[in-house]
Amino acid sequence: MSKLLTLRQAVADLVPDNASVALGLQMEQMIPFAAGHEIIRQKKRGLTLIGPISDILFDQMIAAGCVKQVIAAWVGNVMMGSAYNFRRAAEQGGLKVVNLSNFTVALALQAAAMGVPFLPTRTALGSDVARDNDFFSQIDSPFEDKQSPGGPARLHAVRALNPDVTIVHLQRADHEGNAHCWGNFGVMIEAVRAAKRVIVVAEEVVDTEVIASDPNRTVIPGFLVNAVVECRFGAHPSPVQGYYKRDNAFFRQYHEQTKSKVDSETWLQRWVHSVADRKAYMNQLGGCRVEELAVKQHAYAAQTDFGY
Amino acid sequence: MAITSTAISERRAQAYTPGELMVVSAAREIRDGEVVFVGMRLPLIAFVVAKKTHAPHAVGLFENGLIRSTPAPELIYTMADPANIKNATQCLDMLGVMSLLQSGRVHLGFLGAAEVDRFGNLNSTEVHGTNGMTRLPGSGGACDIASLAQRFVALLEHSKERLPERVSYVTSPGNGDCRGWRQRVGLPRGGPAAVITSKAVLRFGDDREAYLSSTHPGVEVEDVLQNTGWPLRVSEEVISTPEPSVEELKAIREYDKDGFWTK
Repeated sequence: MSKLLTLRQAVADLVPDNASVALGLQMEQMIPFAAGHEIIRQKKRGLTLIGPISDILFDQMIAAGCVKQVIAAWVGNVMMGSAYNFRRAAEQGGLKVVNLSNFTVALALQAAAMGVPFLPTRTALGSDVARDNDFFSQIDSPFEDKQSPGGPARLHAVRALNPDVTIVHLQRADHEGNAHCWGNFGVMIEAVRAAKRVIVVAEEVVDTEVIASDPNRTVIPGFLVNAVVECRFGAHPSPVQGYYKRDNAFFRQYHEQTKSKVDSETWLQRWVHSVADRKAYMNQLGGCRVEELAVKQHAYAAQTDFGY
Repeated sequence: MAITSTAISERRAQAYTPGELMVVSAAREIRDGEVVFVGMRLPLIAFVVAKKTHAPHAVGLFENGLIRSTPAPELIYTMADPANIKNATQCLDMLGVMSLLQSGRVHLGFLGAAEVDRFGNLNSTEVHGTNGMTRLPGSGGACDIASLAQRFVALLEHSKERLPERVSYVTSPGNGDCRGWRQRVGLPRGGPAAVITSKAVLRFGDDREAYLSSTHPGVEVEDVLQNTGWPLRVSEEVISTPEPSVEELKAIREYDKDGFWTK
């Protein structure tokens, strides 16, 4: 059964107001900007955003008024530093922020993916990240621990986190949602397994045979997926390995152009509200810029023989 | 004595920026063959410089799920830049590299921070000052690196504000407030080995408190003390931070051609 939808349909059907939405799970690669912008255009409200780090997409969704809460380890602009809308909203108290570390974001999603209420870890003991944070509870190991021979090991239990929706951008998927990705995965795989609903946004929708030819590259099995969207250039300005480079100038310009609330609104008007879809966005970016970001030197992996 | 043209060009090669000195000092903390957890921003280039100079066998782990045994072939702004992925040793998920960190396989981790205190605790979450709260980006993997690496090194600009006696929020645990603190709270190992600032290098004594180990060339001890938020102890053998070598500067400049990270 084909799950192919337009981005507009997928967001309208699967991202209700007040949903918890995990996105940007592959860190600085393959950030689903097109999907985030569609959420902004549809004026979704009261969202909880979940991610390990967010490289400016959370900032844009916060600026647009979509977000009531962030559960993350880091929100900013990776090459430039702070993201101003996140900062303003957190400082003025309009945004609830649950601070985690990268590892504990991964563990919270993995616990949910595994169907257990928590997973144990040694990280963040003694830190303020864990203080007054209901994702953390201190426990003693029920088993002997060779790293603390004197007595039971003290551990943190990290609470499971099930996103209502996980949105993933990657290179290619078939029409059922079986998807290939190459490059770093971050916490994508556990976030997909933990989610109640999954939207896969792919640079290309390909025949099922293409995906089946290389099952080791299949990061998402289609039965977990609710919608498949084909969206070329949908991760810009973040990179997609083998498709386009990171648009460093765009991240720099965002930093310069969103220092105030008014400037941020102007930015959103220009790059989100006034463009109907990704095609219009690319037109605005301009053919030269798009061409400049294209892969200049291909680097294909060696062939893999699945024969027998 | 007349200065020959060779001497002039040598002198020119020896001139360097504070950023370059910080990167080189960080790179020198990496011993050859070590497994290093490389954080965002400045540490990205410190790892490259170490690989290209004295530590060709170091292995880099990146929290996005990447392991590299060779330096990225061109300048990267983030660890997930395509140039850092291509020809990596392994490219998988975050839980994998974080598991290696937790099980004690990582010798050294690097972190940036907004604040570092007397016992090497780091804050990158929020600063509470006289003007209310300033929100910062957050931990990222910093809390995990500080909790779980065998040792860690922090980098930051040197000022009284950024080196307070006690951080207003412990994002990444250092030595807490005394010797034995890490063990008491249950941390399995580790702690700060050095804090590399724009003026000096601080290290930690047996009592786990920071002391001034070296000042950067041209920086007086008094300058460091006046710009530190607590009465910083001074080593009896304060040295001048060794200057970057020609090879190290070459490695930085061939890589960070426009000085984005090291200007």
